[in-house]
Amino acid sequence: MRYLARRLAQAALLLLGVSILTFLFSALAPGNYLDDMRLNPQISAATLAALRAQYDLDRPLPLRYARWMNSVAHGELGYSFAYNSPVAPLLWMRARNTLLLTLTAMLLAWALALPLGIWSAEKRGGLPDRAVSLATATLMVVPDLVLALGLLILAARSGWFPTGGMVSVDFAELSSAGKFRDLALHMALPVAALVLSALPTLVRHIRAAVGDALTAPFLRAAMAHGISRRKLLYRYALRAAANPLISLFGFSVGALLSGSLIVEIVMSWPGLGPLLLEAILARDLYVVIGGVLFSTVFLVCGNFLADMLLYWADPRIRAR
Amino acid sequence: MMQRRRIVRWVVALFVLHAAVACAGFLAPYDPVQQDREHVYSAPMRIHFVEHGRMRLRPFFYAQRLREGSYNLFEEDTERAIPVDFLVTGAPYRLLGLVVCRRHLFGVQGARLYLLGSDGFGRDQLSRILYGGQLSLLSGLLGAACTVFFSALIGTLAGFYGGWRDALLMRLAELFLALPWLYLLFALRAFLPLSVSPTKAFLLVVVVLAAVGWARPARLVRGVVLSVKERDFVRAARGFGAGDAYLVRHHILPETRSVLLTQSAILVPQFVLAEMTLSFLGLGIPEPVPSWGNLLGILQQYSVLVSYWWMYLPALAIVPFFVGYQGLANALHEDEATAKIDG
Amino acid sequence: MEPLLRVENVAKHYSGGGAFGAKREVHALNGVSLTIYPGTTLALVGASGSGKSTLALCMTGLEQVSSGRVWFGETEITKLQPHERGAICSKVQMVFQDPASSLNPRMSALELVMEPLRIQKRGDRRAWRARATELLDRVGLHKERLHQSPNEFSGGQRQRIALARALALGPKLLILDEALSALDCSVQAQIANLLLELQSELALTCVFITHDMAMAAHLADEIAVMARGRIVEMGSASRLMSAPEHEVTQRMLSAARGLNTVADAPRLL
Repeated sequence: MRYLARRLAQAALLLLGVSILTFLFSALAPGNYLDDMRLNPQISAATLAALRAQYDLDRPLPLRYARWMNSVAHGELGYSFAYNSPVAPLLWMRARNTLLLTLTAMLLAWALALPLGIWSAEKRGGLPDRAVSLATATLMVVPDLVLALGLLILAARSGWFPTGGMVSVDFAELSSAGKFRDLALHMALPVAALVLSALPTLVRHIRAAVGDALTAPFLRAAMAHGISRRKLLYRYALRAAANPLISLFGFSVGALLSGSLIVEIVMSWPGLGPLLLEAILARDLYVVIGGVLFSTVFLVCGNFLADMLLYWADPRIRAR
Repeated sequence: MMQRRRIVRWVVALFVLHAAVACAGFLAPYDPVQQDREHVYSAPMRIHFVEHGRMRLRPFFYAQRLREGSYNLFEEDTERAIPVDFLVTGAPYRLLGLVVCRRHLFGVQGARLYLLGSDGFGRDQLSRILYGGQLSLLSGLLGAACTVFFSALIGTLAGFYGGWRDALLMRLAELFLALPWLYLLFALRAFLPLSVSPTKAFLLVVVVLAAVGWARPARLVRGVVLSVKERDFVRAARGFGAGDAYLVRHHILPETRSVLLTQSAILVPQFVLAEMTLSFLGLGIPEPVPSWGNLLGILQQYSVLVSYWWMYLPALAIVPFFVGYQGLANALHEDEATAKIDG
Repeated sequence: MEPLLRVENVAKHYSGGGAFGAKREVHALNGVSLTIYPGTTLALVGASGSGKSTLALCMTGLEQVSSGRVWFGETEITKLQPHERGAICSKVQMVFQDPASSLNPRMSALELVMEPLRIQKRGDRRAWRARATELLDRVGLHKERLHQSPNEFSGGQRQRIALARALALGPKLLILDEALSALDCSVQAQIANLLLELQSELALTCVFITHDMAMAAHLADEIAVMARGRIVEMGSASRLMSAPEHEVTQRMLSAARGLNTVADAPRLL
């Protein structure tokens, strides 16, 4: 339990550090939203001055950070100049969509990678193993941007899948089943892009971890005892491979989040990605900081989940 | 020994690929910014060897004419067969940025040959891809070089001196690693000036890449330094009165070489991809200077996506480089692993 | 006679343990004092963990002591700043136990022996090469093999290289930390004899660190027995071998008897 509490404290400190880091980076920004507004003749100087004072943009950095932290405590996470609303609700809406995409992709990727990896590890050196190796090697050299664009072109030319957005225009009028189908169709391409880009690394690592466990001396001893193959695989080998696999899980969350950023933008999925891009182009400072922080929170949560799983699965860690 | 040969093979393959891009001026038939508004969005043209049933030694192609009743669709004009000339003089260019040359590998007279199609301004895609590769690859290579340099510096500092320096630097590395790297890249880019000249943009991209990628290699270098620091030959050198600088230069840094090489092979393709991503979104190298990223930017328009499939080809240009660098990284990694077992 | 090296009540402890674990202190040395006179040979005997290697490192100044003082002649080693270490480098040198880790495999045998001369900047490159070649020849290494990496030599040959390197700066005191322990028995005998030759030739004072009582008796005049960071018994080799007083000494003696060790090899001197 102390181990988990320690991990939680570390995660909190990490988030704090990341927020400070992004704030420091924001100090590099030479212009901001209000500078652009100044060029707009319809906005009076007095309004600008009031806005400036309200958002503390003239004050030194530590003060701005303190103001922002205060805003975080109130659940607002700063203010968006472009949308004229607190940042938090904006982020939540988009974050939900990103979560939907990323979680589905995670589940699907692992659901495919585990059997493939285990199968490859079992039939090491044989034809299935080599076929899988070839497939993963081919996928690995195709980066996610190339993959996403390629799938998009496929969709556009074949017309089988919608080429953007999350739901169709007439979504509200569809039946429940229709709604589900519509959402699924829209999700198909982005999820496919994410899964295909994550799959090769996952399969390779799973194959390595399970393969190592299968050739370990303790497993040979168990084999000599006449334990069935199925039992050997699931109760012994997978247990032993659990540690590296759970670490892999934590790592894949980060990779998938990064991937989702570009996939969302390419496929016009209304998640954190397009919001972040918009905010960057519009110089909407607090949205950018909030977006980066949100993604870090997901990553940290993913790693914390992995830590918890590890704690549950690996008795060596519990003993410490 | 086997490992060395494999490594050499991958290095040679990569060298050939890079040389092809470096000699873009020679291989490309046209200047990348030269427009031809008469032939926008022309599909890739085919090279033929057989004319009217007869085999010709010299490859040739058919000029294009507008299709019946269309104002933007082209087809081959079988009346006008134009041969391809080799080693022709054409638009001047600077080979490797230094020597002014005029000779191109191939060229044609009388019409424009679009081997990979043309874009919305009638610019030759093949030339743009070749020239675009120069900037994309260069930013990847420079970014990786900067990263490797900084991570070697930071990792050695942290590992060699230990104490508070080590704790501080490693906590900082953890911070950088806690962010999904693409988000970090975007955030960093966000806070730097958005519309800048191409040269400035290029430098900006390199700096941002280096700032994002240093954490993981630095940790690896630190690990190596920590283990080497305790070896007896370092102690013996101290016993001869060697100072810290001597120890780091002669005994510790050579041990980090293999880790740094492997990391370089992993970082370069990642950085090229990052530059492509940034430029694709308009945050990297701006038009009209071509880079693989901004060549793909046009695909964000639905009409282009549906009708003009050849505009996707720049995306595939990076694939052979990924193959080469991944192969090299694997070979280096295996070499490092076997060295540990043997030595 | 003036003592060459004096160790005054030296203690050394290491603190281990992580940030969240309990801090553990390891007392490697607990108040050790001894004096070494020029021209003599001392053997430090003890089991692993008795603190003999730590004592050797403190004597050469390669480790900082936690308390106490070490004198070499008139110079107090424990008071030297890192940049002043050059003063004693040429006086005290050490040969380590495992030549595989004490010789950098990326350097050739010649470069390894040249290194101390290079660091101390004794003359030019040609002078270093000449002296290194001469030393390697003296320890019995073939001239053709000087450009090979230590990996290509046997264990005994590697220790010869380490020995040549330690002698490069012309030290007065040579400390050998279990230098023979990693070698085969017959090779041990060869190297031991080489050491005795060099000792008399160069008027070296030697300190042998070993866990083997018989080897200690064969090589040294005086033996100091260590256990748990302290010297428990010290005296002439002959006295300790025939009439040991402390129980640790007695235990080490009985362990050494009945084994084929260096003591059975013919002594050249």
